[in-house]
Amino acid sequence: MQINRIGKQTFVFHNEPNIIGAAAVVGKKEGQGPMKKWFDVILKDDSYGEKTWEKSESKILKKAILLALENAGKTKEQIDAILSGDLINQLMSSSFMARDLQIPFLGLYGACSTMTESLILGAVLIDGGYAQNIIAAASSHYCTAERQFRMPLEHGNQRPPSAQWTVTGAGSMILSNQIRSQQMIAGEPAKNLVVTHATVGKIVDAGIKDVNQMGAAMAPATVDTIMQHLKDTGREPSYYDVILSGDLGMVGKKIVKDLLLKENIDVSTVYDDCGAMMYEKEQDAHSGGSGCGCSASIFSGHIFKEMRQGKIRKALLISTGALLSTISSQQGESIPGIAHAVAVEGK
Amino acid sequence: MENKKEKQKKEIKKRQAKEYENYVKQFTPKPKYFMNSLKAFFVGGLICIIAFYVQTLLMNRGYSEKDSGTFVIVFLVCSAQLLTGLGVYDTIGKFAGAGSIVPITGFANSMVAPAIEYKKEGIVLGVGAKLFSLAGPVLVCGISASVVIGFIYYMMNL
Repeated sequence: MQINRIGKQTFVFHNEPNIIGAAAVVGKKEGQGPMKKWFDVILKDDSYGEKTWEKSESKILKKAILLALENAGKTKEQIDAILSGDLINQLMSSSFMARDLQIPFLGLYGACSTMTESLILGAVLIDGGYAQNIIAAASSHYCTAERQFRMPLEHGNQRPPSAQWTVTGAGSMILSNQIRSQQMIAGEPAKNLVVTHATVGKIVDAGIKDVNQMGAAMAPATVDTIMQHLKDTGREPSYYDVILSGDLGMVGKKIVKDLLLKENIDVSTVYDDCGAMMYEKEQDAHSGGSGCGCSASIFSGHIFKEMRQGKIRKALLISTGALLSTISSQQGESIPGIAHAVAVEGK
Repeated sequence: MENKKEKQKKEIKKRQAKEYENYVKQFTPKPKYFMNSLKAFFVGGLICIIAFYVQTLLMNRGYSEKDSGTFVIVFLVCSAQLLTGLGVYDTIGKFAGAGSIVPITGFANSMVAPAIEYKKEGIVLGVGAKLFSLAGPVLVCGISASVVIGFIYYMMNL
């Protein structure tokens, strides 16, 4: 049997699953930030016409999936499975979305690392011949996350500058074993996106206990995954046009750069973080964006479109997660961090 | 033997966590303590001035000090409830910090905020169960502390 793994933690996809469509739907605040031109839908009202925030999040996720299907030129009957997750207890947003769509469903929890977790597993299913078309998606909502992990919305409290703002948004990608029919973008043939490698991260816990220090808690896991990926593939950071982490925010981004530099890996020219990109400084999001929807909406919006146009050729996408629970932090446990990397190339 | 090794491992982990925490500090922006204290002082002071103004107004109209004091509390609580309902109090809180948490208005806010938040889960299991989710711990600890201090005070005066 052929082993599709190189090094210690990296998968190689010999059949190169294609990303044939993607869509990102975000809330009002995200739609006022610097990334606004890349999102497919920007909500005028974060409730999206629903009575509860959980239902709003579910609807946002469903919208992102339906738009991605449309973008890929597929119908939902052609899809073999949805891989999706969010931050809410028992994956309420994803499960209720899947209840509506009636497509086989695998719910995933990887905290904010869910987008690359779903991408990796989707690529594995296609590469192994278990599926032809897969939806990989993730979502988060400021109001559902606040009420689950923090304070009621109307409570008048102050956040420290290292705190992050949960992104209201969802991203969805359609993975397929077939290449998408040729399309033209601005007079040029659009590039075909393929998933070539994936590195599954292990949990790294640096001992941070402060829930307002998520970036610092996840940074060591991100560094571990990046280094493992480079080691397994024998690549230099300069191989990629972009190395993008999920939601480390301003604080975490600086730590990753510094930690890598200590290991003599210079990523300063190619590295950025979705959380740090999401908001303007004036938007009062402190250290930046967080949540599954942060990396999901930027990968599915910004990165997908830039890669289709050929402006980015090779990208290493790393969603980062803090695997804490409300109980674990009350019991004084430190925050376990995780990061999964996916290498995508435009061909 | 086994236990000793385990203990040593834990110690090393603890030390590493502490080192990382210190290392991270250089990348973490500090809260602006001075400005925050100043804002808290002025907003908290403003709330007290308003309360005092209302009380004086009532006392000038012939109400007793105790009655007007009670009325002031009701007035502050109701105003904070209204402002929370209108979605203004969290903005004030973000600006003022402790200045709007410490006065009784903060207490009102900490009860109305969960009431609004959990309305969708029903009157009994939503609002009823969560109404004291923020104020409850404060009440329990506050009352317990006052009982202990009261007891010590009583013993001292024996």
